[in-house]
Amino acid sequence: MSTPTTPAFSCPVPVSRHEHVLLGHGGGGQMTQLLLEQIFLPAFSNAALDARHDGAALLIGGLRLAFSTDSYVVKPMFFPGGNIGTLAVNGTVNDLAMCGARPQFLSTGFIIEEGLPIETLRQVVASMQLAAAAAGVQLVTGDTKVVDRGKGDGLYVNTAGIGIIEAANPIAPSSVRSGDVILLSGDIGRHGMAVMAAREGLAFESEIESDCAPVAAPVLNLIEAGLDVHCLRDLTRGGLASALVEIAETSRLHLGIEDALIAVREDVRGACEILGLDPLYVANEGRFVVFVPEAEAELALEVLSAHAVSANAMAIGRVTQDPRGLVTLKSLIGVTRIVDRLSGEQLPRIC
Amino acid sequence: MKFIDEYRDGNAARQYADAVRRIITRPWTLMEVCGGQTHAIVKFGIDELLPKEVTLVHGPGCPVCVTPLEQIDKALLVSSWPGVIFTSFGDMLRVPGSHTDLLTKKAGGADVRIVYSPLDALKIARDNPGKQVVFFAVGFETTAPANAMAVFQAAQEGLENFSILVSHVLVPPAMEAILGAKGNLVQGFLAAGHVCTVMGYTEYEPLAAKYQVPIVVTGFEPLDILQGVYMAVKQLEEGRHEVENQYARAVRRDGNLPAQHVIKEVFEVVPRKWRGVGEIPHSGLGLREAYRNFDAEIRFGLGDMHVDEPPECLSGLVMQGRLKPNECPAFGSMCTPEHPLGATMVSSEGACAAYYRYRRIAVEQDSVRS
Amino acid sequence: MCLAVPGKLLSIEGDDPVLRAGKVDFAGVQKRVNLSYVPDAKIGDYVLVHVGFALSIVDEVEAVRVFDYLRTMGDLAEELGEDVTK
Repeated sequence: MSTPTTPAFSCPVPVSRHEHVLLGHGGGGQMTQLLLEQIFLPAFSNAALDARHDGAALLIGGLRLAFSTDSYVVKPMFFPGGNIGTLAVNGTVNDLAMCGARPQFLSTGFIIEEGLPIETLRQVVASMQLAAAAAGVQLVTGDTKVVDRGKGDGLYVNTAGIGIIEAANPIAPSSVRSGDVILLSGDIGRHGMAVMAAREGLAFESEIESDCAPVAAPVLNLIEAGLDVHCLRDLTRGGLASALVEIAETSRLHLGIEDALIAVREDVRGACEILGLDPLYVANEGRFVVFVPEAEAELALEVLSAHAVSANAMAIGRVTQDPRGLVTLKSLIGVTRIVDRLSGEQLPRIC
Repeated sequence: MKFIDEYRDGNAARQYADAVRRIITRPWTLMEVCGGQTHAIVKFGIDELLPKEVTLVHGPGCPVCVTPLEQIDKALLVSSWPGVIFTSFGDMLRVPGSHTDLLTKKAGGADVRIVYSPLDALKIARDNPGKQVVFFAVGFETTAPANAMAVFQAAQEGLENFSILVSHVLVPPAMEAILGAKGNLVQGFLAAGHVCTVMGYTEYEPLAAKYQVPIVVTGFEPLDILQGVYMAVKQLEEGRHEVENQYARAVRRDGNLPAQHVIKEVFEVVPRKWRGVGEIPHSGLGLREAYRNFDAEIRFGLGDMHVDEPPECLSGLVMQGRLKPNECPAFGSMCTPEHPLGATMVSSEGACAAYYRYRRIAVEQDSVRS
Repeated sequence: MCLAVPGKLLSIEGDDPVLRAGKVDFAGVQKRVNLSYVPDAKIGDYVLVHVGFALSIVDEVEAVRVFDYLRTMGDLAEELGEDVTK
């Protein structure tokens, strides 16, 4: 970088000028990060929270427990491959799994907009029951509120969950080590594009379905196989890129991945190309990354491939020493560049 | 994907880069005039593959970046009105106006919707007869046929609740403005391939002759850009200044005649202001008399706004290729993608945003050869 | 201006020159595209699509030229005794 020749501006720290919460604050990108760093973390700071992992790892009466929560505001409520209910159940199940825990019990809270057809509610709840059964969890407590018509997007669902941690060592970004291999459980971008396919103004015809699914089974298998899993993270909004950037920043290590190794299904790519979206940032709901020592990578892939949800798991890169905590991507033509968080949500473009 | 994947082949890319290395004997500065090309260059790292004698500068090729502050402010004004559904391509949502942007307006309750095509905006108009639907018609010549057709169809149907806010710009006048400017460093151009699918490339022949610069019509995939660079460098080394067509699989010399016909039917050439550059005569498109009832500026009485741009924003110099994004004092500090000062930082194609996302910290590990 | 993607024309509906549209396939994803600007497009052609409009038919012969060109340069370099595989 060349030295600027005009007088330098005084403050090097970016100042957030937002006085109101924007949609982008929920996008999982830089703006969400700002909200976390400026408002939530300073207020609630404690060891569990500061670990900044998907769920909290807690010690209660000698038992190591994982505890997590997630809220769903997705529109459209129903999309190819799932609905807000399946997302709500699997979202929390997966967050718990990412702590190396066996998910067992869930709570759920519904905020319903007046006027929502009862039939819609029935369908969502039926899906949640199926998803819970498939994930081996029980919904044991809940709450319902109704808000005025016009004050909600039809339905908001929150779930919280608890499970016993089965991993002997802490599974968190702080456990990642230089030399670790980064594994990805499957192809990316399905959920985001499935939802996009149904959006007015952007709709297209395809067979893309959300990859929404529970991933606890392959994860617990990895632990049972005695593998030294350092970190797990499920990919949600913000995609693969955002998940890796968070881990790199928290662990203060360099994550190097290769574009040629990252699987994207052809039709998902087609949809991304038309709308000008980068699959690296598109939402997923049934995919996760695993950090294991190099010596265990092959066995880990074997374990993962025995499960349908991670049948096509692949190695996509490795961890190296570099306290700047960056994520870099080697492009298809062999040049390496930085992968950063997006500013807000990724928007379709024509330019 | 056919006609995309083949052009992203790493081996072929390196071969082209090597070919440039073999023929180049001195430094040359080339400008690409299309945001899509800027994006590809930075995303794939094409400029890092090329020998350092080649300097690629990014021109005002992003219609998002060059849309003047006034037009954004007009869009913001219209979008706030009750009974208006404001439709736009996604690119425009985050571009800062004088005080705010469309995304913020949307958060504040305005009915702002992203569409993929102007035809989607037409459909929204048909489905919502009680509302006024305004479409933000931004773009280069590539998008003009689509926007023209939307207006044409609206006229045929007698659709009364549809109008467009026009901010169309033309490429050749911008290129001429850059070439004619004092202190111009650009020695060759990679012309925007998709603009040329519509307009052809006969308009560039007088430019190449007058300013003695090679102009190569270039596509958007890595191999296209590398071949375009190779062809431009070859011309420069051989002392030629012709118009060549690298993107022949999509571009014909005369362009797309039916598309040009509809553009001429609906639009006429007008002077346009380019953000960061100023007004360039004959550089824009506006609705013809017969279609002016579809002009949102007239329908909503948006009048003549004049707005000054923040003095710290040097995006004008960046767009003219005279400043690299990381040479701007505000880059990365006062001006970042979260709070951009100018459009070049907002648009994902903008040179500043591209640099910020991919380049702001030098990456020491260089794995060009593998 | 910029984002135009090549897709395969699967079907055509209508004769009206202004409203003529078709189904274009992009690796398994399909969109309805306006074909007014490519009156000569036939089923099976690849067309370049930008914001819902086909702007150009991809010339498959020209498409290969990028690679022929490379091969020619490769041959030339070999003739000159240069190592093209480094």
